[in-house]
This record gives sequence, C-alpha cells and structure tokens, in this order.
Amino acid sequence: MDRNIIAVLVKNHFGVLARVASMFRRRGFNIDTLTVGETENPEYSRITATFRGDDAIKNQIIRQLMKMPDVVHISELEKSSSVSRELVLIKIKNNKDLKQDIMSVIDIFRAKVVDYGTQAMTIEITGESSKIDAFIDLIKEYGIIEICRTGIVSLQRGADSIISNIK
Amino acid sequence: MKISGAEILVRTLIEQNVDVVFGYPGGQVLDIYDKLYSHQDEIKHILTAHEQGASHAADGYARATGKVGVVIATSGPGATNLTTGIATAYLDSVPIVAITGNVSCPLIGRDSFQEVDITGITMPITKHNFFVNRVSKLADTVREAFRIAKSGRPGPVLIDIPKDIQTSLCDYEPAEPVEADKKNAAETGIEEAVRLINESEKPYIYCGGGVITGSATEEILALAEKTDAVIGCSFMGISAIPSDNERFLGMQGMHGHYASSMAQHNSDLIIAVGARFSDRATGNKSKYAPHSKIIHIDIDNAEIDKNIAVTCGLCGDVKLTLQKIIGAVDNKKHPDWLSEVDYYKKEEYRHIVKSDDMNPVNIIETVNECADEDTVIATDVGQHQMWAAQNCKFSKPRKFVSSGGLGTMGFGLGAAIGSQIGSGAKSILITGDGSFGMCLNELTTASYYNIPVVIVIMNNGVLGMVRQWQTLFYDKHYSNTVLDRKTDFIKLADAFGMKGYRCTEIPDFKEKLQSALSGDSPVLIECLIDKDEMVLPMLPPGGSMDDIIVERLGG
Ligand SMILES: Cc1ncc(C[n+]2csc(CCOP(=O)(O)OP(=O)(O)O)c2C)c(N)n1
Ligand SMILES: [Mg+2]
Repeated sequence: MDRNIIAVLVKNHFGVLARVASMFRRRGFNIDTLTVGETENPEYSRITATFRGDDAIKNQIIRQLMKMPDVVHISELEKSSSVSRELVLIKIKNNKDLKQDIMSVIDIFRAKVVDYGTQAMTIEITGESSKIDAFIDLIKEYGIIEICRTGIVSLQRGADSIISNIK
Repeated sequence: MKISGAEILVRTLIEQNVDVVFGYPGGQVLDIYDKLYSHQDEIKHILTAHEQGASHAADGYARATGKVGVVIATSGPGATNLTTGIATAYLDSVPIVAITGNVSCPLIGRDSFQEVDITGITMPITKHNFFVNRVSKLADTVREAFRIAKSGRPGPVLIDIPKDIQTSLCDYEPAEPVEADKKNAAETGIEEAVRLINESEKPYIYCGGGVITGSATEEILALAEKTDAVIGCSFMGISAIPSDNERFLGMQGMHGHYASSMAQHNSDLIIAVGARFSDRATGNKSKYAPHSKIIHIDIDNAEIDKNIAVTCGLCGDVKLTLQKIIGAVDNKKHPDWLSEVDYYKKEEYRHIVKSDDMNPVNIIETVNECADEDTVIATDVGQHQMWAAQNCKFSKPRKFVSSGGLGTMGFGLGAAIGSQIGSGAKSILITGDGSFGMCLNELTTASYYNIPVVIVIMNNGVLGMVRQWQTLFYDKHYSNTVLDRKTDFIKLADAFGMKGYRCTEIPDFKEKLQSALSGDSPVLIECLIDKDEMVLPMLPPGGSMDDIIVERLGG
C-alpha cells in the first residue's frame, strides 16, 4: 500500500493533538509517524502524519480531519513535489575490532557520531526514510541498543507556505 | 461593569434565544444555578430526575423543533451521566449544547473531588468540545458552541466551565444570536448526477435524517414527481416524507418495509439524500444494491464513500443541491418500474395477517387514529420501536423522535418530555417494559411539570428484540431476556402522581388513549401483548435481500 504524507495545519488550541490522534484511533486508521510543532505563526501548529493506505483510506482520513473545527488546512505532500526528512538517533554497541567498518558506514551515509564511549556510541542520521531504513539495516549487525526516530517532517517544494492557504 | 462568568453564561444563553434548559444542579454549578434563579423569567429550567434524562430531553427538544437543545450538569458524576445522551445525539446528528461545571482551575488534574476529564471523555462523541480556562473567552466560546452545534451537519457540543471561571468577573458585550454557517449547494457533481438520473429507468430515492435537518421534503417530492421515482427512507428519515404519499414505500433496511427494501435492491439508481448507509440500512455491504448506481448528496463530505463507494458524490446542502438537480433533469415516465414496485407492495400486503387482537400493529394503528398531525411520537428501543417505525403515520417532519444510531434504551421518556416542551404539541411515548425500566424515574419530571405525554408501554414481559434474535439465531436460549419483575405499572403511575391504565383490548385502549390525549396531564397506558410477536420482515445481520425473513417461523 502507498505511503501517504499529509501536513495538517491546526489552530494552536489546547488538546488539538489529542483530538487528531483520537480521531485516528477511533476510526481505526493506522498512523506510521506523527510529528507536531508550532509554525512560523504561533496561532497555528503543523501536524505531519504519514500512513499507509489506498486512495479510499486517504480520502476518508482527509475528510474526517477537515471536519474538525480546529483543522484549518490539509496539504497532501507528494513525493515529487516535496522534501521529507526524518532524524534518527541510534545507539549501538562499541566494538574495537569493528570500529573501522562502523565508521565507514557512518561516512557513506553522512551520519554523525554525537556521543562516544568505550561501551557504546550514538549516531545521528537525517534523511529520507528509505535512506534511514537502509542505514539501520546495515548498522544492525553491530548491535543496536536503542533507536529514537522523530517521524517524518515534510515541506512542499517552491515558495508557498501552508498558511497562505487560509482564506 | 464587570459581571461574573456564571452571569455571562446565562446572559449569553438568553442572547442565543434559549428559553428552556434541562439540567440538574450540583457543587460545581452552584453559581450558574444562582444566575438561573435570577433569570428565571427569561429562561425556564426543567429539573429532571437524572442527568441522562435531561440530556435526552434536550435532544428530544432539538429533534422536535430544529433548535439547539441545552442541558446543564455538575462536574464528575453529573457530567458522566450526560455521556449516553451526548453519544445518542452525536450518532443522530442532533444539535445540543451540554454545559458542565468543573473544579476550579488550580484543582484540575489532581483527581479532586468530583473531577472528571469530561472534555477527554466526550472527545469522540461530540462534534467539538471546549474547556474554558479564561473568563474573557467564555461568551465567545458559548457562541461558537452554538454555531458549531447547528452548522453543517449538526451535532452535540460540550462546554466545560471550571468553578473559578464562573465566579471570575469580566466585561460582557451583548451580541446578536449566532447564525448557522451559510449553506451552499454542491459545486461539483451536479452534471454527472443529472446524467445518471436521466439515464435511469428505475430510480429510488433514499431519504436519510438529512432530509429533515435540511428541510428538503418538498424538493424530494418534486424530484420524485419529475423523474417518476419511488421514495424510501432510512430509520432516521422517518417523517421526512408524508406517509400517505403514493410514491413513498417507507423505511428500508433491516426491519424495513418489504416493498421499500425490494425496490431499493432492484433499482438501477439510488439517489441517497442526507443518509449515511449505516449497516442497519444496507445489510451486507458487498451484496447491497448490486444493480444500482448510486448518487449520494450529503452536507458532510466525510460521509461520501465512507460506508459505500458511490458513483457520484455531491457535498452540499441537500435542499439547495436538489433544487439545482431538479432544474436540470428531464421529465420522465417509468410505468414498468412503477408496476414492478406495485408488485412488491402487493407482496408486502400478502404477508400481513389482520386480526382484532391487542397486537403491536393494531396498537400503533390505534395511535395513528388518535394522534393528530402535530403529535410527536417518541419511542424507546426494541421491537416496539421498530413496530412504531414501520407503522406510524406522519404528515409533517420532526414528529418521530427515536434513537437510531445509538439505539439507546431509556431515551424515550426524557425525549418525549423534551419534544413536548419544544413543540407545544402532545407527545406519545411508545416504550417497552425493558426500556421503560431504564428511564421511568423521569415520571417525576412529567408529573411535577404536568407535561402532557402519554406513555404507551407495550408490555410483552420480555426484552423482545434481543429475545427475537435468540429465537432466530440462538436456538431459543432465552438467556436473561425474560422479565419477570412483578412491576405494577399502574401502581407506579399512581405513586408518581399520574393516572395509569392497563389495557388488554384494542377498543379499551383506544378509549383510554383518546381521553388521555384530550387532557393536559401525563397518563400511562400499559398494553399487554404476546411475548412471541416478532418484528418482520427482518434482514438477518450481514445478510442481503436474498436472506429476508418475512413470515414468522413455525413453532
Ligand atoms: C442501553 C441499552 N442497553 C441494551 C440494549 C440492547 N437492547 C436492544 S433492544 C433490547 C430489548 C428492549 O426491551 P423492551 O424495551 O422491553 O422492548 P421490546 O423489544 O420488548 O419491545 C435490548 C436489551 C440497548 N439497545 N440499549
Ligand atoms: Mg419488552
């Protein structure tokens, strides 16, 4: 099934994230990732949600969201016309013998080591989800201790902003 | 001059033309009740026996009038007692505003005495809700709540007001009552809909509750006339179309009229208006209307393609959208279709066995004879509800008040009281012995305020609807559906200060009902009926028209 990314512009009201999340849960829609933060205008927050589903599911989700009084605008972010990134911190076991190998994987993926100790190191990587998945796949064999992913953030290419859609 | 939050609330309600509220006091709404006391000449407060009854009364008031119903409850248990009523209103798209008190802001989140997170609890059963954390926002929040409740597809809105907000002082600027958002016809899809209608040989119009909410009766009749269509309705669409209209086949679906369900099943085009294709209306979705294209007109865009994928969806006000369509479609005649439908009607009558017994159909027909066109018929939930839905006759919309989407037993008495107060006309409640047990505390309300509701209990001694399923699908294992409660409903009526009668024959029932309707007080009439009566026809759950049960099975 297709991976969909939508940006939902919401009024920065108390409880709005709970409302949106409650709607997803109640109607049985599965969210893959959900990020939320204030926009350039403090009156509004932007929720970026990714989910799998065909057009019927996507349309239902968008229409159910549009009904909510706190939702101001929804943009569908198509792969070809948007940039999407995810930031991930990965803590792996440190291993003297394999250090060279680990470092070269980190290099190739332009990841960074942000914490280093004899027992473990923490790597930061940013990119599209496919790149991150590939990186995790490679680094797995060195022993992942824990992972923290931000979920996807995404902006439309070009000069427009989502807030400019408000009438 | 600065006034208190409680005063602002009451003044804002008056500003919204609210003249009656239903509710129950308590610690966290004392300030509001104090202001209701000072404003009692402008707003009448109806004290119910239970907050649930108050919520159903506000709902019944709204269904019967089209106005926003208002209910007030205290924090904690008062608020949680509203939830069944709020969910009932939500599933049937009824505009109510529920106001709850809460503990003062500094006490919120500390599990204080009678604190519940009612905005959290009601998030999935309200159209929207508000927690007011500043008195300066109170008046506008109330206005916004009314706007949301009545705009677009209506629904319940809850406002939670902490006690310190009620006592804080603030300036108050009066305002005009808020209006519902402007209605618009669908912008896209009209041409395609017109083409589909012109191409159809067997059109069936399926009216939902949206036809009543959107006041589109005339347009439905005009469209049917112009395109030679027949008309059916969902449970929520009952009373949208005058029962005596010759194109009208009645309710379709699980307990729908045979002719209506058959016509829908064999149509080549279903024009669904303000309906939502609930599972009770469609049966097995994969076998629903196999030969039909579907046009769906609804003000709620999210309903389109939600339950049934349609050929042509139009999002807009149903009345305005229908007007556009009516203007553009061709005049048609479909004599073959109408004679096919006539055949279904004859088949339907063939299954009806007439007698003079005290049976459910005769009871409802007696109600039809005694009621006038303004009488509101409210029901509870169960077999009696379906008998009423199938057989009650209406000539005006908003005269059938019943919990469709949630199927709330215990809805009836509160709703009958609310709809009587709203409409000013008589209300008849058709209830069952089981359902009545869930709301009979509201007899106090009917009695105290001398509200002319006539309560007709179809006493079959059983939880008939559940028992019917046990008969048909659970090998007659009558688990907990036989009520042997020894309740004497006549003594009960007496205890609550009203007249009560027990009837075992139709002529006696008719006489009692007529005299009850000519009086000005609540009256209870118990009708004894057989426990084995069934609601037929029945489409078994998950079944299709091929599985329809039309006759009582032997034994
Ligand atoms: C609050 C609630 N609890 C349970 C049910 C399930 N239920 C549906 S119909 C019914 C039986 C209703 O009995 P009664 O009111 O006597 O009506 P009858 O079917 O006998 O006419 C029950 C228990 C319900 N709809 N609502
Ligand atoms: Mg019963």
